[in-house]
This record gives sequence, structure tokens and C-alpha cells, in this order.
Amino acid sequence: MKSGQKLQSLILRSLVWLFAAITACTALGIVGYILAKGVAYLSPRLFAWQYTSENLSLLPAIVNTLTIALLAFLIALPLGIFSAVYLNEYARRGSRFVTMVNIAAETLSGIPSIVYGLFGYLLFVTHISGGYSLLAGALTLSIMILPIVLRTTQEALSSVPDSYRAGSFALGAGKLRTVFRIALPAATPGILAGVILCAGRIVGETAALIYTAGAVAQVPENLLGSGRTLSVHLYALWNEGLHTNEAYATAVVLLVCVAGLNALSSMLAKRIAKGRSK
Amino acid sequence: MKRCKEQAARLLFALSACVCIAAIAAICLFLFANGIPGIAKIGFFEFLSGSDWSPSSGAYGIFPMILGSIYVTAGAALLGVPIGIFTAVFLAKFCPNRLYKFCKPLVDGLAGIPSVVYGFFGLMVIVPFIRTQFGGSGTSLLAASLVLGIMILPTVIGVSEAAIRAVPQSYYEGSLALGASKERSVFFAVLPAAKSGITSAVLLGIGRAVGETMAVIMVAGNQAVVPNALTDGVRTLTANIVLEMGYATDLHREALIATAVVLFVFILLINLSFSAMKRRKTL
Amino acid sequence: MIEIQNLNAYYGNFHALKNINLTFEKNEVTALIGPSGCGKSTLLKTLNRMNDLIPDFSAKGLVSLDGEDIYGSMDVNALRRRVGMVFQKPNPFPMSIYDNIAYGPRCHGVRSRVLLDSIVERSLRSAALWEEAKDCLKKSALSLSGGQQQRLCVARALAVEPEVLLMDEPTSALDPISTAKIEDLIFELKRQYSVVIVTHNMQQATRVSDKTAFFLLGEAVEFDSTDRLFSAPHDKRTEDYITGRFG
Repeated sequence: MKSGQKLQSLILRSLVWLFAAITACTALGIVGYILAKGVAYLSPRLFAWQYTSENLSLLPAIVNTLTIALLAFLIALPLGIFSAVYLNEYARRGSRFVTMVNIAAETLSGIPSIVYGLFGYLLFVTHISGGYSLLAGALTLSIMILPIVLRTTQEALSSVPDSYRAGSFALGAGKLRTVFRIALPAATPGILAGVILCAGRIVGETAALIYTAGAVAQVPENLLGSGRTLSVHLYALWNEGLHTNEAYATAVVLLVCVAGLNALSSMLAKRIAKGRSK
Repeated sequence: MKRCKEQAARLLFALSACVCIAAIAAICLFLFANGIPGIAKIGFFEFLSGSDWSPSSGAYGIFPMILGSIYVTAGAALLGVPIGIFTAVFLAKFCPNRLYKFCKPLVDGLAGIPSVVYGFFGLMVIVPFIRTQFGGSGTSLLAASLVLGIMILPTVIGVSEAAIRAVPQSYYEGSLALGASKERSVFFAVLPAAKSGITSAVLLGIGRAVGETMAVIMVAGNQAVVPNALTDGVRTLTANIVLEMGYATDLHREALIATAVVLFVFILLINLSFSAMKRRKTL
Repeated sequence: MIEIQNLNAYYGNFHALKNINLTFEKNEVTALIGPSGCGKSTLLKTLNRMNDLIPDFSAKGLVSLDGEDIYGSMDVNALRRRVGMVFQKPNPFPMSIYDNIAYGPRCHGVRSRVLLDSIVERSLRSAALWEEAKDCLKKSALSLSGGQQQRLCVARALAVEPEVLLMDEPTSALDPISTAKIEDLIFELKRQYSVVIVTHNMQQATRVSDKTAFFLLGEAVEFDSTDRLFSAPHDKRTEDYITGRFG
């Protein structure tokens, strides 16, 4: 081999390793830095019931996050799963309607969250509820996660072997029964992995919530009241520019939540892959 | 009775499937209906090419923000794309199995970090670094590009890796059999075959960078003027909306919604080229 | 009893079954043999209308079950209850053995636990699986061996008390011992049911069936008692096939 080629290979190889190392160090660096700075400020006081100007408790934000996530799922899950059922089990593959829904879902998943936020503000805040509210935030987020639920459910359904459906039909079961008793249960792990992925998105979302759910630091009395989620809390702390330590602690809680959810999701996905190869 | 239930369920499922289409239609409708009148009042060219944004004196030119978004995105791509592609090559072809088990979750983890946390990290680490090294306030085009460059890494890596892995092993082996080195085979036989997949990875990453809001706001400085240097502050389209929507009224508000329309059109164009890319790949 | 008169079937433009006239009697096993792609599986799936699931499939002609036209006003699900099917590859549902068998009865409205218990036991006994499975009814059906899974599928089909049982190469994915068990089972089953079995294996056809139909390119070339068809075929093409000259 010519020495020029040898040199070229050597350079390419070192570049590959160098850039991979940069990626790894960045990831470790971000997580490590936030943890190192933040864990010390995770005092029990931060999880007190009340948010006051002396004690910036995270608990109201956590409660709001859970409420919004729950509401968003309540709306997006049935819609997304039913859509996927229609596209996969009822509609003719490749029909014009299916293509249209797929394009719509693809476009939805590419829209930046601030555009969702603005849309939610225009529709749910100014037209419907007349103010920032958890409900408006949840409605906005439910549209945002809808394409993810749809896509993951579609994938999960199409990986259910057709022989299950044939077996069910051959016993004289109707379509509806086959969908709910055979196809959906077999697709559950895949759907669940998608749901957890969405939960991660919701917990990490900020831009879509600032102008829909608002930034009040308390748990509102009802769903029509404004309340900030954990991510919005971190943004608000930056905006006020006073509470760096609490911001670090919030970032830690956020990271741990999201990382936990992601790990759970990929664990499920791995289990599905293993089940399939069996 | 049973047939009735079947039909009702079918209808319900079909209606649910319409929601996606309805949602996209509603988003377009609301944005355009609220944004276009604003553009009309300001004047199409004044709005897009006006370089003065001062709502208090009634000047609504978003040219600095358009340029800001383009600069920041270009900076992010310049940084994130090469690192991302090389890392994808590493993961797909060079990474020892044992290391992969450690590296892959790390990259996935990057994708999961919320954008406010990226912004906060940028604010606490990258901004002070730029301030001490290059002077200025630190919140700058450079800081935003760095943070965004990191943020698009997982997208670029994930999609590129999948594209590289989808290339038939025979290309690689064929090249090796001709006496080419491993590196040469990967870069000159496998990568070209994965070209369209990698291009869509880059497009997807760019789409994310254009649409990113929170992280950018926290580190970019947000001055609504065209930056002259890398260390100057910059404001993106997304930042413009978030910063002023809270108190904007009347024409100011319409101008902000119009900003979102411009952003939306940008994203649609990127998405269109992305799906065109994908379609070409399947052909 | 199933009667088929002038049946023609199409996949889009492809003429898959050409003018079929056959009768499957009660308490008889009929084997359908022929090379791959000759239409025997298509015919089988026409009998319980599983072909309806294929978008551009169409059938013309008369198929009647005890004198009733199955493509007429008969409800598809009711038809499939009366005409059960066992597939080429065992396809137990990913649930417990018990739930697999109870699936059919449940979907036809059986709710009583006691009744379901007795149906499960009866079906498993008829499929010669009771002794092996009685202690692990709650275990996942996917934990059974391939041969056991196929017998489970037979039991599942029997649980809805069909009149006819269709079997689409039920042993092609099984080892010789499991195959022998299924064949014994078919022999037992014909006391109560009519069985139509598609098979690639001519020895199997001679072992289990009373009558045999030979298919070629969508045509039913010859239909006769199994003994006669294999010892003295009328048609040259049948003879060529059973003596192994093609296929």
C-alpha cells in the first residue's frame, strides 16, 4: 500500500475517534456539570407544598407537570391509537386518505414547539378559555404529541403478525374484537414505549407552554387556572435572573425525570426487539 | 346490533384519523388568518426586508431575525453536522461492541435533555467562556451556534447511523476485497451509498435548529439587529415571538404572529425537501 | 356437507380457480393435493371466506353449506364459526392456553366460567393435548413446542363446535413425531366433523384421507376416493404427479 493512502486512512481514523470522543465528552460534560452543581441544592425545602418568594419550591411545578401530562394523554392517546387502528386495520393500504393522514402527521411532527405554543395561544387561550390555563396547555401539547402516538402505534400494530388476525377471524370473531383483543394487546409494549417517549417530550417542553399554560408558580385551583411546569419554572428562574442555585436544582430534577423516562422507553423497545427475534 | 357496533367503531376510528389533518389545517388557518393581515398592513417587503424592528416607534422589519435564524442555524450545522456524521460512522463501523453499549445510550440521552436545560448549561458554561476568551457579553451568535450544534447532534447521529447501517454489507466487503483499507472502504464505498439518508439527517437537524426556541433565547443575547461579529448578540425568529408575545397588542401582536408565519413557511420548506429526500431513497 | 358448483375465483386479473365442482361429505376427510400455486389453498380459504381479507379477490359461483349459499345472506362470522380453520404455521395468540381456547366461545357470547372451563377441557381432550396441558392452562401458549402449538390451534378451532374443519398444510412446519400426532388426531376428528386438508405430502394424503382431489393450475383435475386416485388415476396429469414426474 502506498504511504499516501496509509496517511489518509490514519487521518480518517483519528478524525472518527476524535469526533466521537467530542460527542461523548459533551454528553458526559453537560450531565456531569448539571449534576455536580445541582445535587447540593436539592434540599427537602425545595419540595415543600407552598411556593413562596423565600422558598422556591418545585412541588407545585411538578404537580402541574403531572396534571398537564395526564390531561394531554387523556386526549392524545385515544385519538392517536384510534387513528393508527384506522390506518393499519381498516383503511386500504396506500389509499389517498392514508397518504394524506401520513403527510399531515409528518408535517405536525416537524412543526417547532413555539408555533404550537402560538397556535394554542390563538385558539385555546384567546378563543376558548379566555386566559392562560393548564387545560389550554394540555390541549396544545396533546396536538404536539399526537403524531408521535400515531406513529409508534402504527409501527407497533404493523409488527403484529397477520397470522394472529387470521386466527381470530377464522374463529368467527368480528373486526372490532380482533382489534381490541388481539392486535392492540399484542402491540401494547410498542405503544407504551411511544407513550413514555411522549412523556419525556411533555416534561421537557417549554416554548409551547409559556403562552398557553402560563407561568404562575402555584398549583391552580382548577384546570382553568394558570400554572407553570418544571421546564417553564427553569425558564422563569432564568428570566428573573436571581436564583441560580434553585435553577441548578430544577435542572437536576428535570434531567433525572427525562433520563428515567427515556431509559424506560428504550428498555421496553429492547424487550420488544428481543421478543420478536424469539 | 353487532353490525351496528362494528360500523360505529369504524366511523369513530375514521374520525380520529381525520384529527391529524384537521389539526394541521387549523394551525395553518389560525396562523395565516392572524398573521397575513399584519403583513399586509406593514407591507410585504418592509416586513421581510426591513432591518429596523422597534415596535414602540411602529417599525416592524424582521430582516435581522431572518438573518439571525439563518446565521445561528448555519453555525449549528457547521459544528454539528461533521461531528455528527463522524460520530455516526464511529458508532456504525468502528465502535467496539462493548463500548457501543455505553455510547449509544449517551447519544440517546443527549436527545432527551430538555431544551431549557441546554439553554441553562449554555448560559452557565459556554457564555462565561466566550466572555473571558473573546470579550463582549458572551451571549452571542457564537454561543447560540455552539448550543444548537450540540442540540442537533443526536438527530444527525441517529438518522445517519441508521442510514449507514442500511447500506448492504456487500459494498463494504467488496471494497475491502479490492485491497482498500477499512477507513477507505467506509468513507468511499459505504458513505456515498448512504448519501440520501445522511442528507435527510442533516435536513432534519437543520429543521430542529431553525425551530429551537428556549435554548437560543437564553444564550443569544436577543438584540434585534444584524450581527457584525461572531461575538455579537443575535435574535432569531423564534426568540422574537417568545420575548414579546407576552405584552404585545394590536399591530405589534400581528407582526409577531406574522413572524411565526415566516418561521412556519421556513419549516415547511425544510420538511418538504426532507420528505422529497425520503421518497427518493425509497425509489 | 359442502357443495361447490361452478366456482371461479380471481386475484385481480389472475384466474386462480377455474370452474370447480366438488362435494365434501360429512364424516369424511378430503385431501387437496397438487403442486404449489395450483389453487388448493385458495379453494380452502374460499370455504370460510378468509379470502375476503385480500383486497382484490373475487369469487363467482355457488358454495353452499348444508344447502345455504355462504356468499349469500349468511353472516361471515357465523359462517366461520361453522367452518373452522387450522393454519399452515401454528398461530396461537400471545395469551394463556386457556384464553386461546376460550377466545372463540367468548366471542360468540359464552360468559359463564363453568361452561368455559368445560369447553376448554373438552377441546383440549379432542385435540389430544389435555394430558400435557392440564396443569399449565395459565401458561403462555407461546411456551409450548411447535407440535403442541398446532394441536392447541386445532383445539381452539374445535372450541366453537364447527361442522367442518379446514386444515391448510397443518403439518408442514412440524417434525415427524408431531406430524404423526396430528395425523392420528385427524383420524379421530372425522367421527364428528368433516375435514378438508391441503397437503403437499402425498403419503399424508393416503394415510389420512377418504377422498382426494388433485389440482393443477387452478383446475380440479381429478376427484375420487383416495385409494382409487392413487392406485388407478384416470387422468394422465394425475398419474404424472403422483408418480413424481413433476411438482
